Amino acid sequence: MRKKEKVDKTIVIPGDLLSDDPAKAGEGTYIENGKVYSLMYGLADDRERIRVIPLSGKYLPTIGDIVIGMVSDISFSNWKININSPYEALMHISEYPRRIESSEMAKIMRVGDLAIFKVVDVDQSMKIELAPREGQLRVLRSGRVVEVSYTKVPRVIGRAGSMVSLLKDKLDVNIFVGKNGRIWINGKAADEELAVKAIKRIEQEAHTSGLTDRITKFLEEEKHGVF
Amino acid sequence: MEFFKNGKRIDDRFPNELRPIKFDVGVLERADGSCYVEHGGNKVIAAVYGPRAVHPRHLQEANRAIIRYRYNMASFSVEERKRPGPDRRSIEISKVSREAIDPVIIKEFFPRSTIDVFVEILQADAGTRSAGINAASVALADAGVPMRGLISSCAVGKVDDTVVLDLFKEEDNYGQADMPIAMDVRTGEVTLLQMDGHLTLEEFEQALELGKTGCATIAEMQREALIQKYQGEENE
Repeated sequence: MRKKEKVDKTIVIPGDLLSDDPAKAGEGTYIENGKVYSLMYGLADDRERIRVIPLSGKYLPTIGDIVIGMVSDISFSNWKININSPYEALMHISEYPRRIESSEMAKIMRVGDLAIFKVVDVDQSMKIELAPREGQLRVLRSGRVVEVSYTKVPRVIGRAGSMVSLLKDKLDVNIFVGKNGRIWINGKAADEELAVKAIKRIEQEAHTSGLTDRITKFLEEEKHGVF
Repeated sequence: MEFFKNGKRIDDRFPNELRPIKFDVGVLERADGSCYVEHGGNKVIAAVYGPRAVHPRHLQEANRAIIRYRYNMASFSVEERKRPGPDRRSIEISKVSREAIDPVIIKEFFPRSTIDVFVEILQADAGTRSAGINAASVALADAGVPMRGLISSCAVGKVDDTVVLDLFKEEDNYGQADMPIAMDVRTGEVTLLQMDGHLTLEEFEQALELGKTGCATIAEMQREALIQKYQGEENE
């Protein structure tokens, strides 16, 4: 049985006419001579506003996003953090809950460490500032992180978190999905493996309908068939 | 040289007919966007990387992305081995091709970054810059780069005092004129127009009109190719 999901989103390309009503212009569109056109190659989602959901592209952070970042460098007072975006992000030493010296920074997070961050500021020139999520820095010491295109994140999460719940339910793993397309999976090795497979499949088939059912079936088969 | 036989060209085309064209989207795993094009005897692959950090840093712009375009011919792409590497011709083509795709890209979304386009000509048979622009345009869309529209390109020319669409090698080499055009078909904005040889004013106007119809046909193929990439998978 299929859940009530909105299917039949049409694929559009840049320059496609979407509407004659400029008030309907949403994300991924532009207005020219009072008409709404698509800015992106993606799926047109026609509701009270028309927006175009891109099929690919680079992650651009917005304030409040929760992301998984990797330390790429340590400077005098900042950790430089790669967040799977064209722009490097910074976390200042003062964002760390406790007052620390510059020399202690590498003890807390070394180059190559992964952690969950919150985007606290993005300015016009795309200077990005991060802070530990919920005031407590969580460096990921176990489990694994996989990367998917950020455009597929809503699909990995599913409607009201249904897809993530499904994975957590069927497999004995903890999953955290960062807005930037990095996904942390923590659990037993075999389950982690399967979760990665499932997520890769979700990414590949993100634009199709009835995905939740197919993933359910896939997990059932994999669990009882191979193992 | 005889260019026409019973009103048809040497390769059995009508004067206003394009060569067979094939687009393949997303052929490169590691590129952000890619497209392979066969346009008659031309075989071209385009790869797009970015938006990404600019190196060297002094090239970056504070408020927008920069576009870099490299047109390159493989040494084996022509009959007589071409000396590899950029030469006067390919540097010029890189420049005009970049300027052909540049106006539709929304560069302000990505300050301090670059969008790199690489176009490799694997096999050449006249009209490689057009084929390259067509491929690059589709690859940009595939990479998720925001654009106002797609750029489509084709050449027109004159052989035997007749205006013809989409010259191939022999017509280009022994014909009287060759004129590549690139445009955004929806708005009608022409972003590239070059000419080699001679046309009268009447011929030029006729050629431009013919070129626009060619571009319109190619624009339709580009859209088909992009839509096919996702619909094809759905039918599996």
